[in-house]
Amino acid sequence: MSTKNKTNITVEPGKQELFITREFDAPRELVFKAYTDPELYAQWLGPRELTTRFETFEPVSGGKYRFVQKDKDGNEYAFHGVNHEVNAPERIIGTFEFEGLPETGHVVLETSRFEALPGNRTRVTAQSVYQSVSDRDGMVQSGMERGVNEGYERLDEVLSKLQK
Amino acid sequence: MARTPTTYDPFNAVAEPKRRKVLEALGVKELSVNDLVKKLGWNQPMVSKHLGVLKQVGLVSERRVGRQRLYRVNAAQLRPIYEWVAPFERYWSESHDRLDEVLQEMQKKEK
Repeated sequence: MSTKNKTNITVEPGKQELFITREFDAPRELVFKAYTDPELYAQWLGPRELTTRFETFEPVSGGKYRFVQKDKDGNEYAFHGVNHEVNAPERIIGTFEFEGLPETGHVVLETSRFEALPGNRTRVTAQSVYQSVSDRDGMVQSGMERGVNEGYERLDEVLSKLQK
Repeated sequence: MARTPTTYDPFNAVAEPKRRKVLEALGVKELSVNDLVKKLGWNQPMVSKHLGVLKQVGLVSERRVGRQRLYRVNAAQLRPIYEWVAPFERYWSESHDRLDEVLQEMQKKEK
């Protein structure tokens, strides 16, 4: 690994979507497997202080999933959705909903694309489309770990350059 | 005098894509308006207009050297904005760093 692979988050102000992009030094089939095997998925989803437990995980088109993340204080955050399309090793499309919101029905449409790069590398691009701008922005403000605020494209890049 | 919130609030100031471009173009350097005109390929009034807003909210500071004015990013003012986005950014970068480890393990086993 010459340079460290960096997670890029693009959240433009006023839009209902956000993008997360990351490259991995592993072939596409392997990366796809790490996204569709519940044991592997639970090993990496979320920061280290959260433990992830999959209660349902059906990595096929039309399959359901539900997982619970637990923090050090024992607080639990549950999420569920349906896999609309699982097309190995290229694409996963599915819905996503955080169960901790005051009302149900705030559903996110997520598409993850797995792109093979030269040298057995893989680029994953995940697009999340929310039902409204406030849904997108509210996700972070609710204090849940997986949300995001109004975004400032590449701002963290600018900052990391400045801090050097 | 009534003013738009943009000229007060750093969050609104960076919501404009062109102003983020100005911040990116400055990076860690100290540049003149002419340097920025060359770097961005915009006309001088446009560069000056966006610099003006960034200066007003404190995201950019100005220094006079002889007849020239030099501009640089005021990193301290960017920090609150960065901290606002940071939890989400951290969630995913940490997840992906862990995924790197999982993928390394998987590749070892395959060999």
